[in-house]
Amino acid sequence: MRAPKDFWTGAIYLVIGVVGFFVARNYSFGSTTRMGPGYFPTVLAGLLTLVGLISLVRAFVVEGAPVGALALRPLASVVGAIVVFGLAVVPLGGAVAMLLTILVAATASRQFKLAPLPLLGASGLVAICCLVFIEMLNVPMPLVGPWLRPLLPNF
Amino acid sequence: MDVIANLGLGLQVALEPTNLLYCLLGVLLGTAIGVLPGLGPVPTIAMLLPLTYGLAPDSALIMLAGIFYGAQYGGSTTAILVNLPGESSSVVTALDGYRMARAGHAGRALATAAISSFVAGTIATVVIAIAAPLLAGAALAFGPADYFSLMVLGLIASVVLASGSLLHAIGMILLGLILGVVGTDINSGIARFTFEVPQLADGIDFVVIAMGLFGIGEIVANLEDETSRTAIMPKVKNLFPTRDDLRRIIGPTLRGTAMGSVLGILPGGGAVLSSFSAYALEKRVSKNSAQFGKGAIEGVAAPEAANNAGAQTSFIPMLTLGIPSNPVMALMIGALMIQGIQPGPSVMVQQPTLFWGLIASMWCGNLMLIILNLPLVGLWVKMISVPYRYLFPAIVLFSVIGVFTLSNSTFHVYLLAGFGILGYIFKKLDAEPAPLLLALILGPMMEEELRRAMMLSKGDAMVFVSRPISATMLAVALVLLALMVAPALRKKRESAFHEDS
Repeated sequence: MRAPKDFWTGAIYLVIGVVGFFVARNYSFGSTTRMGPGYFPTVLAGLLTLVGLISLVRAFVVEGAPVGALALRPLASVVGAIVVFGLAVVPLGGAVAMLLTILVAATASRQFKLAPLPLLGASGLVAICCLVFIEMLNVPMPLVGPWLRPLLPNF
Repeated sequence: MDVIANLGLGLQVALEPTNLLYCLLGVLLGTAIGVLPGLGPVPTIAMLLPLTYGLAPDSALIMLAGIFYGAQYGGSTTAILVNLPGESSSVVTALDGYRMARAGHAGRALATAAISSFVAGTIATVVIAIAAPLLAGAALAFGPADYFSLMVLGLIASVVLASGSLLHAIGMILLGLILGVVGTDINSGIARFTFEVPQLADGIDFVVIAMGLFGIGEIVANLEDETSRTAIMPKVKNLFPTRDDLRRIIGPTLRGTAMGSVLGILPGGGAVLSSFSAYALEKRVSKNSAQFGKGAIEGVAAPEAANNAGAQTSFIPMLTLGIPSNPVMALMIGALMIQGIQPGPSVMVQQPTLFWGLIASMWCGNLMLIILNLPLVGLWVKMISVPYRYLFPAIVLFSVIGVFTLSNSTFHVYLLAGFGILGYIFKKLDAEPAPLLLALILGPMMEEELRRAMMLSKGDAMVFVSRPISATMLAVALVLLALMVAPALRKKRESAFHEDS
């Protein structure tokens, strides 16, 4: 393989194209005059498969730059922060979920450490977000979730 | 004079105190987020979009337009002060703007950017007011086949702007079109590519994809190398350009405006193409061309005028034909649809207050930018100098909240995580996702027009070449493709030549 970037991009296209093609074959294809729900996606997936294949072949023909190392720590932290929000927002409520999101995301930085000042800043940001989104814009997100409600009966 | 009457109507809407307030809020927030390094208009708009859901359609659009201009202006500020252009349209501004800032003329560069943007914005507003009704009139003659070909042209043109290979850009288009298929088919009611997930029945929201691919992927990429992110801030003083400066920027500003206004209307055009072309033109015609790249004030004025004019006139095809010419306009169309408005030639006739109000508010937004941002520049400088490690958690948080508010479901939040990973992988592979976003918005419309065109022609594909409008669009698309392939061939021959020697 001489062009890894072409190879992997082609591989992504190929996989999505092939999967899309076979899934789309479950929908009726129709005819050119009366296109069924399967017509458009089948053609698109077929073309994407073709593009993927050409890219794969090209990866062995032309010269290309190597793919840089994946930065796994930032990737895991940032994606983790998003998932944590999804998991926490209903049972724990918006306030806690937001704080957790900020904390988990912050671990992406190599200079991350738990210090009082950034923690205070994060709490302030959460307070502002709660005020703007939950109180002012009425986003239906509980401020305090059912799991925490026994601890804070006044909310 | 229809134009004046229409603009008057628009100004009435835009100058309503509440709308003025939303415009102001949009400009402020847009600049505040847009000024953050590495955040271009697409993630900025996607992030702030939820704030507009609860508003009336005209207020929502006016606020969004404010956000858009703010984000653009914020990007230029960052480009000039720290040479970190948030998006490709400010890359050119950074060339001379940053040099000026280094030489102690940051204030003059910022003021030049603001003034030339305002002049361009004012002229472009008039251009829109004149051109939009003409185009909307012409659009009435468009049949399904013509719309389909126009969209093909738009997609092909978007490839021109994508960095990297033509093949991969076409792959991105196809991928975007396929993602656009996800959801319930309107003709047959069959759920396609939903994999039995009920939340996918309405399709994947474009905001999730835009935020994941452009926002989250970008954040992770920015965090790869933290050391390079420490910016040394130049001092900003002397915000007023001298009389000599003003004299020097008049020509470049007007030329940039003209270039931007024309290129913005073209499919695939908009801010990026405009700023690059204007800089190239100015470098050729300027008496001061030797100074370009070394801190020429003309090199700031021309691209800034062009990108603002282009950004503005790219609203024309969006509003009159319902066809986005770049990812930002794709987001705007999405925002319109959320408000229950199907963009197209009928918007101008059926909702004149919305249409003209938006156009007038563009001008108001530009005016606010110049009044607000010069005094507030100290605040923006402070925001830029906050270390990235404190900023990005907040950006992640805003993105997550924004996605959650789309339909108040955690499902979209997990999708965001997935598209974030994909966005980072694309970044590593140098695969530019801008064509994907455009195709995602155009996909459902294209399928619909294709079906209609083929039904009307009884399956005869010749309809695309026999109708003059459609044939012209396809011909232009072919020429564009040929132009793109040609230099690539030349480059390949060159590299082969080098290997031989």
